[in-house]
Amino acid sequence: MTALLIRDLRLAVRAGGGFGLGLAFFLIVVVLVPFAVGPAMGLLERIAPGVLWIGALLACLLSLDRIFALDREDGSLDLLAVSPLPLEGVVAVKALAHWLTTGLPLVAVAPVLGLLLSLPGKGVIWLVVSLLAGTPALSVIGTFGAALTVGLKRGGLLLSLLVLPLYVPTLIFGAEVARAGATGLDTATPLVLLAAVTCVAVALLPFASAAVLRMNLR
Amino acid sequence: MGSFWEYANPKRFTQVVDRVLPAVSGLAVAALVAGLIWGFFFTPDDYRQGSTVKIIYLHVPSALLAINAWLMMLVASLVWLVRRHHVSALAARAAAPVGAVMTVIALLTGAIWGQPMWGTWWAWDPRLTSFLILFLFYLGYIALWSAVENDDTAADLTSVLCIVGSVFAILSRYAVNFWNQGLHQGASLSMDKEENVADVFYIPLLVCIAGFVLLFIALVLLRTRTEIRARRTRALLAREVTA
Repeated sequence: MTALLIRDLRLAVRAGGGFGLGLAFFLIVVVLVPFAVGPAMGLLERIAPGVLWIGALLACLLSLDRIFALDREDGSLDLLAVSPLPLEGVVAVKALAHWLTTGLPLVAVAPVLGLLLSLPGKGVIWLVVSLLAGTPALSVIGTFGAALTVGLKRGGLLLSLLVLPLYVPTLIFGAEVARAGATGLDTATPLVLLAAVTCVAVALLPFASAAVLRMNLR
Repeated sequence: MGSFWEYANPKRFTQVVDRVLPAVSGLAVAALVAGLIWGFFFTPDDYRQGSTVKIIYLHVPSALLAINAWLMMLVASLVWLVRRHHVSALAARAAAPVGAVMTVIALLTGAIWGQPMWGTWWAWDPRLTSFLILFLFYLGYIALWSAVENDDTAADLTSVLCIVGSVFAILSRYAVNFWNQGLHQGASLSMDKEENVADVFYIPLLVCIAGFVLLFIALVLLRTRTEIRARRTRALLAREVTA
Protein backbone atom coordinates (compact mmCIF):
# COMPACT_ATOMS: atom_id res chain seq x y z
CA MET A 1 0.00 0.00 0.00
CA THR A 2 2.80 2.35 0.88
CA ALA A 3 4.55 1.48 -2.36
CA LEU A 4 1.41 2.31 -4.31
CA LEU A 5 1.02 5.57 -2.43
CA ILE A 6 4.61 6.58 -3.11
CA ARG A 7 4.26 5.60 -6.76
CA ASP A 8 1.09 7.69 -7.17
CA LEU A 9 2.62 10.67 -5.42
CA ARG A 10 5.73 10.47 -7.62
CA LEU A 11 3.65 10.24 -10.78
CA ALA A 12 1.60 13.23 -9.73
CA VAL A 13 4.55 15.43 -8.80
CA ARG A 14 6.78 14.68 -11.77
CA ALA A 15 6.44 16.34 -15.13
CA GLY A 16 3.08 15.91 -16.80
CA GLY A 17 1.39 14.92 -13.58
CA GLY A 18 -0.49 18.17 -13.35
CA PHE A 19 0.46 18.77 -9.75
CA GLY A 20 0.64 22.55 -10.01
CA LEU A 21 -2.33 22.74 -12.36
CA GLY A 22 -5.00 22.57 -9.68
CA LEU A 23 -3.27 25.23 -7.60
CA ALA A 24 -2.89 27.54 -10.59
CA PHE A 25 -6.54 27.02 -11.43
CA PHE A 26 -7.55 27.83 -7.85
CA LEU A 27 -5.49 31.02 -8.01
CA ILE A 28 -7.01 32.07 -11.33
CA VAL A 29 -10.58 31.50 -10.16
CA VAL A 30 -9.99 33.62 -7.09
CA VAL A 31 -8.27 36.35 -9.11
CA LEU A 32 -11.11 36.45 -11.63
CA VAL A 33 -13.82 36.97 -9.02
CA PRO A 34 -12.95 40.61 -8.17
CA PHE A 35 -12.93 41.39 -11.90
CA ALA A 36 -16.44 40.01 -12.15
CA VAL A 37 -18.05 41.49 -9.04
CA GLY A 38 -15.98 44.65 -8.59
CA PRO A 39 -13.17 45.41 -6.17
CA ALA A 40 -15.27 46.70 -3.23
CA MET A 41 -13.62 45.29 -0.11
CA GLY A 42 -16.82 44.86 1.88
CA LEU A 43 -18.47 42.73 -0.78
CA LEU A 44 -15.34 40.65 -1.34
CA GLU A 45 -15.01 40.06 2.36
CA ARG A 46 -18.56 38.78 2.51
CA ILE A 47 -18.35 36.41 -0.41
CA ALA A 48 -14.73 35.28 0.19
CA PRO A 49 -15.53 32.04 2.07
CA GLY A 50 -17.95 30.92 -0.64
CA VAL A 51 -15.64 31.85 -3.48
CA LEU A 52 -12.71 30.04 -1.92
CA TRP A 53 -14.82 26.95 -1.35
CA ILE A 54 -16.12 26.95 -4.92
CA GLY A 55 -12.58 27.45 -6.18
CA ALA A 56 -11.28 24.54 -4.13
CA LEU A 57 -14.13 22.36 -5.32
CA LEU A 58 -13.52 23.10 -8.99
CA ALA A 59 -9.75 22.72 -8.64
CA CYS A 60 -10.37 19.34 -7.04
CA LEU A 61 -12.69 18.36 -9.90
CA LEU A 62 -10.07 19.26 -12.47
CA SER A 63 -7.67 16.52 -11.49
CA LEU A 64 -10.22 13.75 -10.85
CA ASP A 65 -10.13 12.04 -14.22
CA ARG A 66 -6.40 11.45 -13.78
CA ILE A 67 -6.94 9.16 -10.82
CA PHE A 68 -7.71 6.07 -12.88
CA ALA A 69 -7.54 7.09 -16.55
CA LEU A 70 -3.76 6.88 -17.00
CA ASP A 71 -3.49 3.62 -15.07
CA ARG A 72 -6.28 2.22 -17.19
CA GLU A 73 -4.57 3.23 -20.43
CA ASP A 74 -1.25 1.55 -19.69
CA GLY A 75 -2.86 -1.50 -18.10
CA SER A 76 -1.53 -1.02 -14.59
CA LEU A 77 -5.11 -0.79 -13.30
CA ASP A 78 -5.71 -4.39 -14.40
CA LEU A 79 -2.55 -5.44 -12.60
CA LEU A 80 -3.67 -3.62 -9.47
CA ALA A 81 -7.03 -5.36 -9.69
CA VAL A 82 -5.45 -8.83 -9.69
CA SER A 83 -2.80 -7.94 -7.11
CA PRO A 84 -3.10 -9.36 -3.57
CA LEU A 85 -4.06 -5.90 -2.35
CA PRO A 86 -7.87 -5.65 -2.11
CA LEU A 87 -9.32 -3.24 -4.62
CA GLU A 88 -10.94 -1.29 -1.81
CA GLY A 89 -7.45 -0.61 -0.47
CA VAL A 90 -6.22 0.46 -3.89
CA VAL A 91 -9.10 2.88 -4.22
CA ALA A 92 -8.55 4.29 -0.74
CA VAL A 93 -4.84 4.79 -1.39
CA LYS A 94 -5.57 6.49 -4.68
CA ALA A 95 -8.03 8.81 -2.99
CA LEU A 96 -5.44 9.57 -0.33
CA ALA A 97 -2.83 10.30 -2.99
CA HIS A 98 -5.29 12.60 -4.74
CA TRP A 99 -5.95 14.41 -1.50
CA LEU A 100 -2.23 14.79 -0.71
CA THR A 101 -1.50 16.21 -4.15
CA THR A 102 -4.65 18.33 -4.56
CA GLY A 103 -6.55 18.88 -1.35
CA LEU A 104 -3.65 19.54 0.98
CA PRO A 105 -1.90 22.10 -1.28
CA LEU A 106 -5.24 23.87 -1.68
CA VAL A 107 -5.55 24.10 2.09
CA ALA A 108 -2.01 25.45 2.25
CA VAL A 109 -2.52 28.27 -0.24
CA ALA A 110 -6.05 29.15 0.87
CA PRO A 111 -4.89 31.67 3.56
CA VAL A 112 -2.91 33.64 0.97
CA LEU A 113 -5.86 33.75 -1.39
CA GLY A 114 -8.07 34.65 1.57
CA LEU A 115 -5.92 37.74 2.06
CA LEU A 116 -6.42 38.64 -1.60
CA LEU A 117 -10.16 38.66 -0.95
CA SER A 118 -9.67 40.63 2.30
CA LEU A 119 -10.86 37.83 4.52
CA PRO A 120 -10.26 38.79 8.18
CA GLY A 121 -7.73 36.80 10.23
CA LYS A 122 -10.33 34.90 12.21
CA GLY A 123 -12.06 33.91 8.99
CA VAL A 124 -8.78 32.59 7.55
CA ILE A 125 -8.35 30.19 10.45
CA TRP A 126 -11.85 28.81 10.09
CA LEU A 127 -11.48 28.62 6.33
CA VAL A 128 -8.39 26.46 6.74
CA VAL A 129 -10.14 24.30 9.34
CA SER A 130 -13.19 23.83 7.12
CA LEU A 131 -11.08 22.99 4.06
CA LEU A 132 -8.99 20.59 6.09
CA ALA A 133 -12.14 18.81 7.28
CA GLY A 134 -13.94 18.94 3.93
CA THR A 135 -11.39 18.27 1.19
CA PRO A 136 -10.88 14.57 2.10
CA ALA A 137 -14.58 14.06 1.34
CA LEU A 138 -14.12 15.84 -2.00
CA SER A 139 -11.30 13.45 -2.91
CA VAL A 140 -13.17 10.32 -1.86
CA ILE A 141 -16.40 11.31 -3.60
CA GLY A 142 -14.39 12.31 -6.65
CA THR A 143 -12.67 8.93 -6.69
CA PHE A 144 -16.09 7.30 -6.81
CA GLY A 145 -17.03 9.48 -9.79
CA ALA A 146 -13.73 8.70 -11.49
CA ALA A 147 -14.30 4.97 -10.96
CA LEU A 148 -17.77 5.29 -12.51
CA THR A 149 -16.50 6.97 -15.67
CA VAL A 150 -13.15 5.22 -16.09
CA GLY A 151 -14.27 3.17 -19.08
CA LEU A 152 -15.71 6.08 -21.04
CA LYS A 153 -13.94 7.83 -23.85
CA ARG A 154 -15.17 11.33 -23.06
CA GLY A 155 -15.90 10.92 -19.40
CA GLY A 156 -14.66 14.32 -18.24
CA LEU A 157 -17.86 16.27 -18.67
CA LEU A 158 -20.04 13.45 -17.42
CA LEU A 159 -17.74 13.12 -14.41
CA SER A 160 -18.48 16.69 -13.35
CA LEU A 161 -22.21 16.19 -13.86
CA LEU A 162 -22.11 13.11 -11.64
CA VAL A 163 -19.79 14.40 -8.96
CA LEU A 164 -20.97 17.98 -8.42
CA PRO A 165 -24.42 17.06 -7.01
CA LEU A 166 -22.65 14.71 -4.61
CA TYR A 167 -20.53 17.62 -3.42
CA VAL A 168 -23.55 19.61 -2.26
CA PRO A 169 -23.60 18.58 1.45
CA THR A 170 -19.85 19.06 1.83
CA LEU A 171 -20.02 22.47 0.19
CA ILE A 172 -22.95 23.62 2.29
CA PHE A 173 -21.41 22.65 5.61
CA GLY A 174 -17.88 23.68 4.63
CA ALA A 175 -18.85 27.13 3.42
CA GLU A 176 -21.10 27.51 6.45
CA VAL A 177 -18.16 26.88 8.78
CA ALA A 178 -16.01 29.40 6.94
CA ARG A 179 -18.80 31.97 6.80
CA ALA A 180 -19.78 31.59 10.42
CA GLY A 181 -16.11 31.77 11.42
CA ALA A 182 -15.55 34.97 9.44
CA THR A 183 -18.53 36.69 11.04
CA GLY A 184 -17.74 35.42 14.54
CA LEU A 185 -20.75 33.11 14.89
CA ASP A 186 -20.77 29.64 16.39
CA THR A 187 -18.97 27.17 14.12
CA ALA A 188 -19.32 24.00 16.17
CA THR A 189 -22.55 22.66 14.63
CA PRO A 190 -21.62 22.94 10.95
CA LEU A 191 -18.10 21.77 11.68
CA VAL A 192 -19.32 18.62 13.38
CA LEU A 193 -21.73 17.94 10.52
CA LEU A 194 -18.97 18.56 7.96
CA ALA A 195 -16.68 16.16 9.79
CA ALA A 196 -19.51 13.62 9.91
CA VAL A 197 -20.02 13.82 6.14
CA THR A 198 -16.29 13.38 5.60
CA CYS A 199 -16.01 10.44 7.99
CA VAL A 200 -18.94 8.60 6.47
CA ALA A 201 -17.71 9.25 2.93
CA VAL A 202 -14.19 8.08 3.76
CA ALA A 203 -15.49 4.98 5.53
CA LEU A 204 -18.09 3.81 2.99
CA LEU A 205 -17.37 5.19 -0.46
CA PRO A 206 -14.18 3.19 -1.15
CA PHE A 207 -16.36 0.07 -1.12
CA ALA A 208 -18.73 1.57 -3.69
CA SER A 209 -15.80 2.79 -5.78
CA ALA A 210 -14.16 -0.63 -5.73
CA ALA A 211 -17.43 -2.32 -6.69
CA VAL A 212 -17.88 0.08 -9.59
CA LEU A 213 -14.29 -0.41 -10.68
CA ARG A 214 -14.77 -4.17 -10.77
CA MET A 215 -17.84 -3.72 -12.98
CA ASN A 216 -15.85 -1.47 -15.29
CA LEU A 217 -12.91 -3.85 -15.55
CA ARG A 218 -15.01 -6.94 -16.21
CA MET B 1 -50.15 -17.48 -10.15
CA GLY B 2 -46.67 -18.57 -9.30
CA SER B 3 -43.91 -16.56 -7.75
CA PHE B 4 -43.71 -12.82 -8.28
CA TRP B 5 -40.32 -13.31 -9.92
CA GLU B 6 -41.90 -15.11 -12.87
CA TYR B 7 -42.66 -11.69 -14.28
CA ALA B 8 -38.93 -11.00 -14.42
CA ASN B 9 -38.92 -13.14 -17.54
CA PRO B 10 -38.98 -10.55 -20.36
CA LYS B 11 -41.41 -12.63 -22.37
CA ARG B 12 -43.86 -13.04 -19.49
CA PHE B 13 -43.42 -9.38 -18.70
CA THR B 14 -44.30 -8.17 -22.18
CA GLN B 15 -47.31 -10.51 -22.30
CA VAL B 16 -48.62 -9.10 -19.03
CA VAL B 17 -47.91 -5.55 -20.15
CA ASP B 18 -49.77 -6.15 -23.39
CA ARG B 19 -52.79 -7.20 -21.40
CA VAL B 20 -52.61 -4.63 -18.61
CA LEU B 21 -51.40 -1.49 -20.37
CA PRO B 22 -54.68 -0.44 -22.07
CA ALA B 23 -56.56 -0.68 -18.78
CA VAL B 24 -53.93 1.23 -16.82
CA SER B 25 -53.68 3.98 -19.43
CA GLY B 26 -57.45 4.24 -19.65
CA LEU B 27 -57.79 4.53 -15.90
CA ALA B 28 -55.00 7.10 -15.78
CA VAL B 29 -56.71 9.28 -18.39
CA ALA B 30 -60.09 8.89 -16.66
CA ALA B 31 -58.72 9.78 -13.25
CA LEU B 32 -56.72 12.73 -14.56
CA VAL B 33 -59.62 14.15 -16.55
CA ALA B 34 -62.05 13.67 -13.69
CA GLY B 35 -59.70 14.96 -11.02
CA LEU B 36 -58.52 18.00 -12.94
CA ILE B 37 -62.01 19.04 -14.10
CA TRP B 38 -63.38 18.51 -10.61
CA GLY B 39 -60.47 20.40 -9.12
CA PHE B 40 -60.42 23.28 -11.56
CA PHE B 41 -64.14 23.95 -11.95
CA PHE B 42 -66.01 22.44 -9.03
CA THR B 43 -64.01 23.49 -6.00
CA PRO B 44 -64.22 26.94 -4.43
CA ASP B 45 -61.38 29.47 -4.48
CA ASP B 46 -59.24 29.72 -1.41
CA TYR B 47 -60.05 32.74 0.71
CA ARG B 48 -56.47 33.98 0.71
CA GLN B 49 -54.88 32.47 -2.37
CA GLY B 50 -57.83 32.92 -4.75
CA SER B 51 -57.90 30.62 -7.74
CA THR B 52 -54.13 30.11 -7.72
CA VAL B 53 -54.68 27.39 -5.14
CA LYS B 54 -55.85 25.11 -7.95
CA ILE B 55 -52.33 24.53 -9.19
CA ILE B 56 -52.11 22.17 -6.24
CA TYR B 57 -53.75 19.53 -8.45
CA LEU B 58 -50.68 19.48 -10.66
CA HIS B 59 -48.02 20.50 -8.21
CA VAL B 60 -48.56 18.04 -5.37
CA PRO B 61 -48.98 14.87 -7.48
CA SER B 62 -45.95 15.64 -9.66
CA ALA B 63 -43.79 16.44 -6.64
CA LEU B 64 -44.93 13.25 -4.95
CA LEU B 65 -44.05 11.22 -8.01
CA ALA B 66 -40.72 12.96 -8.55
CA ILE B 67 -39.55 11.57 -5.23
CA ASN B 68 -41.27 8.19 -5.49
CA ALA B 69 -39.95 7.61 -9.02
CA TRP B 70 -36.45 7.84 -7.59
CA LEU B 71 -37.46 5.49 -4.81
CA MET B 72 -38.79 3.03 -7.38
CA MET B 73 -35.52 3.30 -9.31
CA LEU B 74 -33.65 2.58 -6.09
CA VAL B 75 -35.67 -0.57 -5.46
CA ALA B 76 -35.33 -1.68 -9.08
CA SER B 77 -31.57 -1.05 -8.94
CA LEU B 78 -31.25 -3.16 -5.81
CA VAL B 79 -33.25 -5.96 -7.45
CA TRP B 80 -30.96 -5.80 -10.47
CA LEU B 81 -27.81 -5.93 -8.35
CA VAL B 82 -29.08 -8.79 -6.21
CA ARG B 83 -31.09 -10.93 -8.60
CA ARG B 84 -29.82 -9.74 -12.02
CA HIS B 85 -33.23 -9.52 -13.68
CA HIS B 86 -32.87 -7.44 -16.81
CA VAL B 87 -36.45 -6.23 -16.67
CA SER B 88 -35.69 -4.60 -13.35
CA ALA B 89 -32.72 -2.65 -14.70
CA LEU B 90 -34.72 -1.61 -17.74
CA ALA B 91 -37.62 -0.45 -15.57
CA ALA B 92 -35.25 1.73 -13.57
CA ARG B 93 -33.92 3.15 -16.80
CA ALA B 94 -37.43 3.72 -18.11
CA ALA B 95 -38.53 5.52 -14.95
CA ALA B 96 -35.68 8.04 -14.91
CA PRO B 97 -36.86 10.44 -17.65
CA VAL B 98 -40.42 10.24 -16.36
CA GLY B 99 -39.22 11.16 -12.89
CA ALA B 100 -37.11 13.97 -14.28
CA VAL B 101 -40.11 15.40 -16.13
CA MET B 102 -42.18 15.16 -12.93
CA THR B 103 -39.49 17.14 -11.14
CA VAL B 104 -39.61 19.80 -13.83
CA ILE B 105 -43.42 19.96 -13.65
CA ALA B 106 -43.26 20.37 -9.88
CA LEU B 107 -40.64 23.12 -10.17
CA LEU B 108 -42.47 24.94 -12.98
CA THR B 109 -45.91 24.83 -11.39
CA GLY B 110 -44.32 25.93 -8.13
CA ALA B 111 -42.69 28.89 -9.87
CA ILE B 112 -45.94 29.85 -11.59
CA TRP B 113 -47.74 29.71 -8.25
CA GLY B 114 -44.92 31.45 -6.41
CA GLN B 115 -44.87 34.48 -8.68
CA PRO B 116 -48.24 35.92 -7.56
CA MET B 117 -48.14 34.44 -4.04
CA TRP B 118 -44.58 34.91 -2.84
CA GLY B 119 -43.84 37.68 -5.35
CA THR B 120 -40.96 35.73 -6.85
CA TRP B 121 -40.47 32.93 -9.35
CA TRP B 122 -37.73 31.35 -7.33
CA ALA B 123 -36.50 31.42 -3.76
CA TRP B 124 -33.63 29.47 -2.28
CA ASP B 125 -35.99 27.66 -0.01
CA PRO B 126 -34.92 24.21 1.25
CA ARG B 127 -37.70 22.34 -0.54
CA LEU B 128 -37.19 24.14 -3.81
CA THR B 129 -33.45 23.71 -3.60
CA SER B 130 -33.58 20.02 -2.81
CA PHE B 131 -35.88 19.51 -5.77
CA LEU B 132 -33.38 21.24 -7.99
CA ILE B 133 -30.67 18.96 -6.62
CA LEU B 134 -32.91 15.95 -7.23
CA PHE B 135 -33.28 17.10 -10.83
CA LEU B 136 -29.48 17.22 -11.15
CA PHE B 137 -29.30 13.66 -9.82
CA TYR B 138 -31.80 12.57 -12.47
CA LEU B 139 -29.73 14.26 -15.17
CA GLY B 140 -26.54 12.54 -14.04
CA TYR B 141 -28.28 9.18 -13.88
CA ILE B 142 -29.75 9.52 -17.37
CA ALA B 143 -26.45 10.77 -18.77
CA LEU B 144 -24.55 7.82 -17.31
CA TRP B 145 -27.06 5.37 -18.83
CA SER B 146 -26.60 6.83 -22.28
CA ALA B 147 -22.81 7.16 -22.00
CA VAL B 148 -21.92 3.53 -21.27
CA GLU B 149 -21.96 1.30 -24.32
CA ASN B 150 -22.23 -2.15 -22.78
CA ASP B 151 -25.81 -2.60 -21.54
CA ASP B 152 -25.03 -4.75 -18.51
CA THR B 153 -22.17 -2.55 -17.37
CA ALA B 154 -24.42 0.48 -17.76
CA ALA B 155 -27.08 -1.19 -15.62
CA ASP B 156 -24.49 -2.05 -12.94
CA LEU B 157 -22.94 1.40 -12.84
CA THR B 158 -26.23 3.28 -12.78
CA SER B 159 -27.53 1.01 -10.03
CA VAL B 160 -24.60 1.85 -7.79
CA LEU B 161 -24.95 5.52 -8.71
CA CYS B 162 -28.63 5.35 -7.77
CA ILE B 163 -27.83 3.89 -4.35
CA VAL B 164 -25.00 6.30 -3.56
CA GLY B 165 -27.05 9.15 -5.03
CA SER B 166 -29.98 8.31 -2.78
CA VAL B 167 -27.80 8.62 0.31
CA PHE B 168 -26.40 11.94 -0.85
CA ALA B 169 -29.82 13.21 -1.94
CA ILE B 170 -31.18 12.61 1.56
CA LEU B 171 -28.06 14.19 3.02
CA SER B 172 -28.53 17.23 0.79
CA ARG B 173 -32.16 17.44 1.82
CA TYR B 174 -31.15 17.95 5.44
CA ALA B 175 -28.10 20.03 4.58
CA VAL B 176 -30.19 22.63 2.74
CA ASN B 177 -32.62 22.68 5.67
CA PHE B 178 -29.70 23.71 7.77
CA TRP B 179 -28.50 26.24 5.24
CA ASN B 180 -31.61 28.35 4.77
CA GLN B 181 -34.97 28.96 6.37
CA GLY B 182 -38.05 27.71 4.59
CA LEU B 183 -40.72 29.68 2.78
CA HIS B 184 -42.63 26.66 1.55
CA GLN B 185 -45.74 25.55 3.45
CA GLY B 186 -45.83 22.26 5.32
CA ALA B 187 -47.11 18.96 4.01
CA SER B 188 -50.38 19.08 2.07
CA LEU B 189 -51.15 15.47 2.85
CA SER B 190 -50.22 13.43 5.84
CA MET B 191 -51.62 10.75 8.06
CA ASP B 192 -51.85 13.38 10.72
CA LYS B 193 -55.18 15.05 9.93
CA GLU B 194 -54.23 18.34 11.56
CA GLU B 195 -51.97 19.31 8.71
CA ASN B 196 -54.10 18.34 5.73
CA VAL B 197 -55.61 20.72 3.24
CA ALA B 198 -59.34 21.35 3.60
CA ASP B 199 -61.71 18.53 2.65
CA VAL B 200 -63.11 20.26 -0.46
CA PHE B 201 -59.67 20.21 -2.01
CA TYR B 202 -58.71 16.89 -0.50
CA ILE B 203 -60.79 14.44 -2.51
CA PRO B 204 -60.14 15.84 -6.02
CA LEU B 205 -56.47 16.02 -5.02
CA LEU B 206 -56.51 12.33 -4.18
CA VAL B 207 -58.11 11.59 -7.56
CA CYS B 208 -55.40 13.60 -9.29
CA ILE B 209 -52.68 11.80 -7.38
CA ALA B 210 -54.19 8.47 -8.39
CA GLY B 211 -54.24 9.70 -11.99
CA PHE B 212 -50.57 10.73 -11.86
CA VAL B 213 -49.54 7.44 -10.27
CA LEU B 214 -51.42 5.45 -12.92
CA LEU B 215 -49.89 7.62 -15.62
CA PHE B 216 -46.45 6.95 -14.20
CA ILE B 217 -47.08 3.20 -14.10
CA ALA B 218 -48.40 3.22 -17.67
CA LEU B 219 -45.40 5.19 -18.94
CA VAL B 220 -42.87 2.99 -17.17
CA LEU B 221 -44.53 -0.20 -18.43
CA LEU B 222 -44.67 1.19 -21.95
CA ARG B 223 -41.06 2.37 -21.95
CA THR B 224 -39.81 -0.88 -20.45
CA ARG B 225 -41.65 -2.90 -23.06
CA THR B 226 -40.26 -0.71 -25.82
CA GLU B 227 -36.74 -1.19 -24.50
CA ILE B 228 -37.18 -4.96 -24.31
CA ARG B 229 -38.42 -5.04 -27.89
CA ALA B 230 -35.62 -2.75 -29.07
CA ARG B 231 -33.07 -5.07 -27.50
CA ARG B 232 -34.66 -8.12 -29.05
CA THR B 233 -34.60 -6.43 -32.45
CA ARG B 234 -30.95 -5.60 -32.01
CA ALA B 235 -30.14 -9.16 -31.02
CA LEU B 236 -32.03 -10.56 -34.01
CA LEU B 237 -30.31 -8.17 -36.39
CA ALA B 238 -26.91 -9.07 -34.97
CA ARG B 239 -27.70 -12.76 -35.43
CA GLU B 240 -28.71 -12.15 -39.05
CA VAL B 241 -25.52 -10.29 -39.81
CA THR B 242 -23.35 -13.08 -38.45
CA ALA B 243 -25.39 -15.71 -40.30
